[in-house]
Amino acid sequence: MTCLPEITPGQKKLGLVIDLDTCVGCQACATNCKEWNSSGHSGPLPDLKPYSAGAEGVWFNRVHSYEAGEGADGRTVHFPRSCLHCETPDCVTVCPTGASYKRIEDGIVLVDHDICIGCGLCAWACPYGAREMDEDEGVMKKCTLCIDRIYNETIPEAQRQPACVLTCPTNARHFGDLGDPESDVSKLVAARGGQDLMPELGYKPVNKYLPPRKRSSAAATPQEAVPTAMDIKNPLLRWMDKVLTR
Amino acid sequence: MNPAPSIVFFTTASGAGYGLLFWLGLLRPLGIVPATPAFALVCLVLALLLITAGLVSSMLHLGNPTRAWRAFSQWRSSWLSREGVAAVVTYVPAIGFGAALLADLPGLATLAGLLAAVGAAVTVWCTAMIYASLKPIRQWHHPLVAPGYLLLAGYSGMALLAGVSALGGVVGGPASFIITLGLAALVLKLAYWRMIDGGDPVATAESATSLGFIGKVRPLDPPHTESNYLLREMGFRIARKHAASLRTIVLVGGFAAPILLALLATQIGGGVALPALALGALLALAGLLVERWLMFAEATHTVTLYYSGR
Repeated sequence: MTCLPEITPGQKKLGLVIDLDTCVGCQACATNCKEWNSSGHSGPLPDLKPYSAGAEGVWFNRVHSYEAGEGADGRTVHFPRSCLHCETPDCVTVCPTGASYKRIEDGIVLVDHDICIGCGLCAWACPYGAREMDEDEGVMKKCTLCIDRIYNETIPEAQRQPACVLTCPTNARHFGDLGDPESDVSKLVAARGGQDLMPELGYKPVNKYLPPRKRSSAAATPQEAVPTAMDIKNPLLRWMDKVLTR
Repeated sequence: MNPAPSIVFFTTASGAGYGLLFWLGLLRPLGIVPATPAFALVCLVLALLLITAGLVSSMLHLGNPTRAWRAFSQWRSSWLSREGVAAVVTYVPAIGFGAALLADLPGLATLAGLLAAVGAAVTVWCTAMIYASLKPIRQWHHPLVAPGYLLLAGYSGMALLAGVSALGGVVGGPASFIITLGLAALVLKLAYWRMIDGGDPVATAESATSLGFIGKVRPLDPPHTESNYLLREMGFRIARKHAASLRTIVLVGGFAAPILLALLATQIGGGVALPALALGALLALAGLLVERWLMFAEATHTVTLYYSGR
């Protein structure tokens, strides 16, 4: 059913909060995502020509790097991009088959690979490039928020988190319920001023991006230490200084 | 956007077929086209051939064509699903139209023809709305896209109808329709191109990354060194100079030449009319193939903001 579920107040909205201040662009999240999802709910995640020129494949997480700002205010920001599990995602409503759907219980946007006809319209409808076609199976694939981890009772509770969140070495990725204002992630978003991507398109992304923190103001320009004649204790050097500065 | 040949052919061929079906159903009762059942049957078969060839071609675009039947289910939200339903439903009055003609039931034929005309218009509208409803692609999410699809389907359908009418000895009415529709389509395309050339982008690299508060955002390192589905499907871009020359080809070959040939057919008539209108129909269809290819090639998707910053 590709009509969107009705949003009720307090509805669970599972999603990610990504800290652009601490992300170092190491690609660990993308790598662990690929590893887990190659064998999980969405597996296999195919690669085309993996061992030759033109190697490419389906990934749910892509880490870009940008330069923002100019001169002394400019900075490099690493930017992981994945499905934002939007509240009003057009990728769901354009689907002609009902394969693309948004779960009412937690808001996760999923694809039913047994129904998908591979028309590709959902990928066109997504402004964020979150969906990639599995050209082997002819079906669309996307981030599942590791639905096969977060509800998986066969793994220790501490590991019931998306693979990208678990693996991040700088703790730049956080997972939780963004529909609950009291959750850790909601508090983090409130404290750090979490941002939506392309809010002007009106998709209402659930995932939030924490902006890089303001840099502390630069210290006063360091001064070169220039000794005065009185500072030079050695008489020979003092004489030389006198001669040379003449 | 990548101009997939299957989709370019589908929208052009089916558009012309539905246009032909529309005008046949509408103009036959008004006596503007030949009234013989043979004429209507030739037009109907031609329309259904074009429509069906287009629909089959559109299935080639699917990753899983054998599941295509599932696309009829989500008509409540999806224009693609609505298009599928409308396309299949339109076959019912269209085939009924043919059956009534063969059974010599003129009243029923007129009714079924009118219903088929409605179905044809609805189907083309649904096709257009698939594109017009996509917010990330500003050249498609544009108020002139859906009217353009209808007008171009009507124009190419009329070009075909005039060609077949000339076979039946009727030239004036359909040819004057070609001139009117062709001029309208030409003006619409010129206005559309002017608007998409000047329009503001729907989003920027700054809003796409939420980093605008720092300053201008420039891509530094891409996430992957090779291509991917997104870049092949959404990153396709045509050089501006090629777009300009292709636009000229569309304007001259697709619109101006068929209009002039229609004028020629009405003014000179006689033996000239049939070859002029037949050539005009071929030129119109070829021109629209180029127009539809450009429609894709000139469209840009917001995902490229992440890769190229524009």
